[in-house]
Amino acid sequence: MKRVVVTGIGAVTPVGNDVPSFWEAILSGKNGIAPITAFDATQYNWQLAAEVKDFDAAAVLDKITARKTDPFVQFALAATQEAMNDSGIAGTLEPEELGVYYGSGIGGFQTLCSQHISMLEGGQRKVAPQFISKMIYNIAAGNIAIRFNAKGANMAVSTACATGTTAIGEAYRAIAMGAQTAIICGGTEAAITPLALVGFGNAMALNSATDPNMASLPFDARRGGFVMGEGAGTLILEEYEHAVARGAKIYAEVCGYGATCDAHHVTAPDPEAAQVARAVQMACCNAKDVHASEIYVNAHGTGTALNDKTETTALKKAFGEDAKKLHISSTKSMTGHMLGAAGAVEAIAAVLALQNDIIPPTINLLEADPELDLDYTPNTPVKTPVSLAISTSLGFGGHNACVAFKKVNA
Amino acid sequence: MVQEKLIELIAENVDCDASELNESTEFASLGIDSLDIAELLMTVEDEFGVTVEMDPALKTVGDLVAKIEEGRNA
Repeated sequence: MKRVVVTGIGAVTPVGNDVPSFWEAILSGKNGIAPITAFDATQYNWQLAAEVKDFDAAAVLDKITARKTDPFVQFALAATQEAMNDSGIAGTLEPEELGVYYGSGIGGFQTLCSQHISMLEGGQRKVAPQFISKMIYNIAAGNIAIRFNAKGANMAVSTACATGTTAIGEAYRAIAMGAQTAIICGGTEAAITPLALVGFGNAMALNSATDPNMASLPFDARRGGFVMGEGAGTLILEEYEHAVARGAKIYAEVCGYGATCDAHHVTAPDPEAAQVARAVQMACCNAKDVHASEIYVNAHGTGTALNDKTETTALKKAFGEDAKKLHISSTKSMTGHMLGAAGAVEAIAAVLALQNDIIPPTINLLEADPELDLDYTPNTPVKTPVSLAISTSLGFGGHNACVAFKKVNA
Repeated sequence: MVQEKLIELIAENVDCDASELNESTEFASLGIDSLDIAELLMTVEDEFGVTVEMDPALKTVGDLVAKIEEGRNA
């Protein structure tokens, strides 16, 4: 098996439209949640979201691309541009050696909704010829390949809210097995639409608070559902020897991946948490010598009653008594739930926590839930040596995924 | 008139200066593919009240101007 390292990262998030601003924001506890601006949500029971702010697709990309693509593709292209620039990998390998594993939980939801309205109002001649190619969820991966001339394996991963993590994990495996030299991987989402909001809301998944600091409350006794977020995260994964040979900056080594399914219920996690625990154990199996006090867990931590309890149970199953020594946090307290992008952006948070030996906090964590008795890093970042950083994701459908990163020379 | 207005619409869509376009400008040279032309024809319908059917022979700005004028005079 070949070693796999992270050599580039890029992000568009509700708290910052590039990695430096994202990282600074989550260390300072900036909350990206606010009243929805994309449409008038005052008529609905859920009025908050973590929207990406001040994103000008025409300026970040170009006017033609902006016109021809849905925001979920625009976020993906912007995050990938940052990651590619950061990695310096362009031109150091053949196009056929560069793959794309990139997902979305839903795809072009905004385009789907607006085109449906166009057809209802104006008939068949009002449906844009670009509609399908703007909307289908694999088209972020397709557009990334075109823009960065990546002719290797190209795959659109979709495991709902675990999408980003699954994409990274599968990319890691493909490089480890020698199938590709490098892979652009991650996830993107831009689904803050009235239909999606009401859909998640009626599924009892969303918090209906109107105060942004009372809405996304992972691991807090007052938690009552997640807040929709949006954005994209991209990682450049690269075969270790190739990265070293070209003198690449290496953030971290991907040292494990676990993927399991609850096979239990379409939305609710299995409260026994056996399969979440197994995904975590699989991801950590190459790092058994690392002490729990030097492990950072970027939890899925959605702030739903069931998720946070299940995840806590899973970590106890995976680590036993040592679970109490883990440094856990949910950055969703600041970014909201970026759905298909969540795992990718959270993997970036995990990589930066590892690199900088600092744990980003879970903000607005003020009331302890007696059943949730681990260390969730409330409200302020913690400076502490980190030897292993893992990111867990759970998706509708029972998908569980976990990726693990360690320092490259450790 | 038709040509000026059409050039304005195209320039807006492909992010270029209207002064760079004239009747012999080929759509392909602007990166406008067949799907884009189909979309442009919808805009033409809205702006000029003329329905122009998709036709592979529509290669230049002038070709489309002629079709619009033909439709208007029909």
